[in-house]
Amino acid sequence: MAVTETPTMGSYLRSNMREYGILIALVLIMVFFQVATDGTLLRPVNLTNLFLQNSYIIIMALGMLLVIVTGHIDLSVGSVAGFVGALAAVMIVHWQLPVPVVFVACLLAGALIGAAQGYWIAYWRIPSFIVTLAGMLVFRGLTLWLLEGASVGPFPKLFQSLSTGFVPDFFRDEKPNLTAMILGALAAGAIVWLSVRARARHQRYGIEDEPFVVFAVKNALVCFALLFISYLLATYRGLPNVLITMAVLISAYTFLTQSTTIGRRIYAIGGNEKAAKLSGIRTDRLTFLTFVNMGMLAALAGMIFAARLNTATPKAGVGFELDVIAAVFIGGASMSGGSGKIVGAVIGAFIMGVMNNGMSILGIGIDYQQVIKGLVLLAAVIFDVYNKNKQG
Amino acid sequence: MTAIMEMRGITKTFPGVKALSNVNLSVAQGEIHAICGENGAGKSTLMKVLSGVYPHGSYDGDIHYEGDTVAFKGIADSEHRGIIIIHQELALVPLLSIAENIFLGNEITHGGVIDWPETYTRTRELLKKVGLSEAPTTPVGKLGVGKQQLVEIAKALSKKVKLLILDEPTASLQENDSQKLLDLMLELKAQGITSIIISHKLNEIRRVADTVTVLRDGATVSTMSTPISEERIIRDMVGRDMESRYPDRTPNIGQVLMEVEGWNVWHPEQAERQMIKNVSFNVRAGEVVGIAGLMGSGRTELAMSVFGKSYGQNISGQVKIEGQAVDTSTVNRAIDAGLAYVTEDRKGLGLILEDPIIRNTTLSALQKVSTRSVLDRGAERQVAEEYRRALRIRTPGVFQQVMNLSGGNQQKVVLSKWLFTDPKVLILDEPTRGIDVGAKFEIYNIINELAAQGRGIVMISSEMPELLGMCDRIYVMNEGAFVGELSREDASQERIMSMIVRGDKHGGH
Repeated sequence: MAVTETPTMGSYLRSNMREYGILIALVLIMVFFQVATDGTLLRPVNLTNLFLQNSYIIIMALGMLLVIVTGHIDLSVGSVAGFVGALAAVMIVHWQLPVPVVFVACLLAGALIGAAQGYWIAYWRIPSFIVTLAGMLVFRGLTLWLLEGASVGPFPKLFQSLSTGFVPDFFRDEKPNLTAMILGALAAGAIVWLSVRARARHQRYGIEDEPFVVFAVKNALVCFALLFISYLLATYRGLPNVLITMAVLISAYTFLTQSTTIGRRIYAIGGNEKAAKLSGIRTDRLTFLTFVNMGMLAALAGMIFAARLNTATPKAGVGFELDVIAAVFIGGASMSGGSGKIVGAVIGAFIMGVMNNGMSILGIGIDYQQVIKGLVLLAAVIFDVYNKNKQG
Repeated sequence: MTAIMEMRGITKTFPGVKALSNVNLSVAQGEIHAICGENGAGKSTLMKVLSGVYPHGSYDGDIHYEGDTVAFKGIADSEHRGIIIIHQELALVPLLSIAENIFLGNEITHGGVIDWPETYTRTRELLKKVGLSEAPTTPVGKLGVGKQQLVEIAKALSKKVKLLILDEPTASLQENDSQKLLDLMLELKAQGITSIIISHKLNEIRRVADTVTVLRDGATVSTMSTPISEERIIRDMVGRDMESRYPDRTPNIGQVLMEVEGWNVWHPEQAERQMIKNVSFNVRAGEVVGIAGLMGSGRTELAMSVFGKSYGQNISGQVKIEGQAVDTSTVNRAIDAGLAYVTEDRKGLGLILEDPIIRNTTLSALQKVSTRSVLDRGAERQVAEEYRRALRIRTPGVFQQVMNLSGGNQQKVVLSKWLFTDPKVLILDEPTRGIDVGAKFEIYNIINELAAQGRGIVMISSEMPELLGMCDRIYVMNEGAFVGELSREDASQERIMSMIVRGDKHGGH
């Protein structure tokens, strides 16, 4: 078997420019704002805030990545998140239903909304742009109707803990929070262990092409980042619940997209739907399911957002779809479907989040913020296309 | 004869690849000059250099045209001098009318306003020249591929063409349309227009070409004028003697493997139009069965409707595998029943071009390289390597994107995908279309090997010599119905043609 020769560092980095490029961009942006804000960016309280502020965008970006990989788009996620937040508020505050029941019911409602939209897209082949544009209007309207134009709140503690709750310290009562640090260390350890194992397996089959230096540096950086972040969070109030939720979801969706047959088939649909169909892949059902999944994640995001504000407002979720879609494209997904990674979408969301946060700390007006965010999105996609042309 | 165009010492390199090295081509005024070569030999690259798609400066060497040394910076420059290239993928806008297409970007205007009466008059004249009687207002999308090709030529004529370049013009045409096109080329020649034709079809080249230049691996191998020897062309193209174009095989034919009975299919959009009319056929273990017929006779529609109802509506009839009635109503069920369908549209329906070989290979049988839906990358790699070796796919590695492979290697990837599902019966739809001579021979060998393993092969092809060379039995199809069946011994091109013609006369049977 002709084992392909190990590429040199330079050529490896060049051909994986996109993946490392965006990570480097995130680090540079963070360093820039850390300096520009005199260290405010990474202050424990701000860091905690950063996670709370962006959790719902990241959660929706996971679903949106799948939707975009299949070659579709979902414009309704902001409205759906707003609607489900309102639904949760009405059920809890007006109808006095128990929080766990409401939580499950709202997730189901989200799935149902996704199904209702996905049905027309997958089985009737109505362009997703149209269907979800309609959904965007419908659920915005239904939010207003449900809330009768007013805000509904506040929520009981249990519901608020979805977003603003923290993992308690099981060991002691003083700072830094020991549980947070232990969990951070465990996560770092797990990541190193998993990637060492994966590398060994890949080498056995001769499918590893990442130079060892890159591998080592990457892992060291990830470990350092995890330990550093968990330390910082530990000196404030510990790990936010929503961070745990996010970590679990990110891991699950990374696994789904990279290592399962379902993930592989979703990418195949985006790559060439007709060929996928003729290869025995049930393209319509999978497309339908990506929208069901998107609806459910939008519902979760809607509840987390409502919990964070401790009230459901008619304005909740306005414009979220744009941040979510931008995160996925900054993360390297292709508009025509078939490519893009979960980790890319997550980093893309953090880039948007850090910029929002950093610019707000610096007191940059909302007008300039929008312009800058728009230009960053454009630059990321131009960078993509430029790279693609250079390689092809 | 004086040369209208001469290319001297053309060398063109892409990063890491030398596509053309020191190519010379001299085309005489008023002749039809054929360019032959395997896929990847550099034919299209050479024509792109000539027409300015690759601008002056991006290649080495000189181009002389009508006595000048020319330096085209783009297609507009070469068109201005009367060099017009018609690509294999036609560049027409389906929703616009014939007239609008012909004068697209070149409209007849008065102060920016289109002069429609003049446009239509000129269009009618041009259409007459190419032998079309369609109204100039007909949308191009309503025409068949053959007629669209003629519209492209009319468009070229509207631009005062002096040197017409046709890139595989008959590749997607049926027999009589091809003939019409070749006749038209001869007519244009009589009017003094010089043509360059790129083609794989040697009989066509022999029919129209005055001179043939053979390219191999980016270099000129030979230039010959009439009389043209097919054997010599083939030898020069592949760089070796080919004793036979079809490998020998001793058929070992067993029990009936698949039977299709009383198959009827209606058009997916026009419910009253019957596309397949009461077709029945069978294939035995170890047998290669051919389906002959013209383009549009319903062969692909038949195959795709059997394979998971991928075409048409209101489908009726029965499919039996080894005597048992099976359900082939979805692609999955058809695969489970032991069917595989290798499409004629490799790029559009067969492959995920941006994905590497490995992912394309396992796509139809992912469950075989996974446990409880979790993929086993190592097993997947081994499978891909196995097929790469077995089918001799020429590639640096299985992580190569399939879009970077040649047509023959792409076809091998499609075959790998289907072989991995371990089918009992393979339906091969134009398995060698757009594939060069050397790779064709390899595909034939693979087909024979599969038959020797006891699989049943159904082979659809528009190239009659191929069917005659490969098949044990040939069904003849016309206008959605089977009009005859011939054994290997009885089959000949003439008999097949006469069955098709007779079928025409009697309106189906």
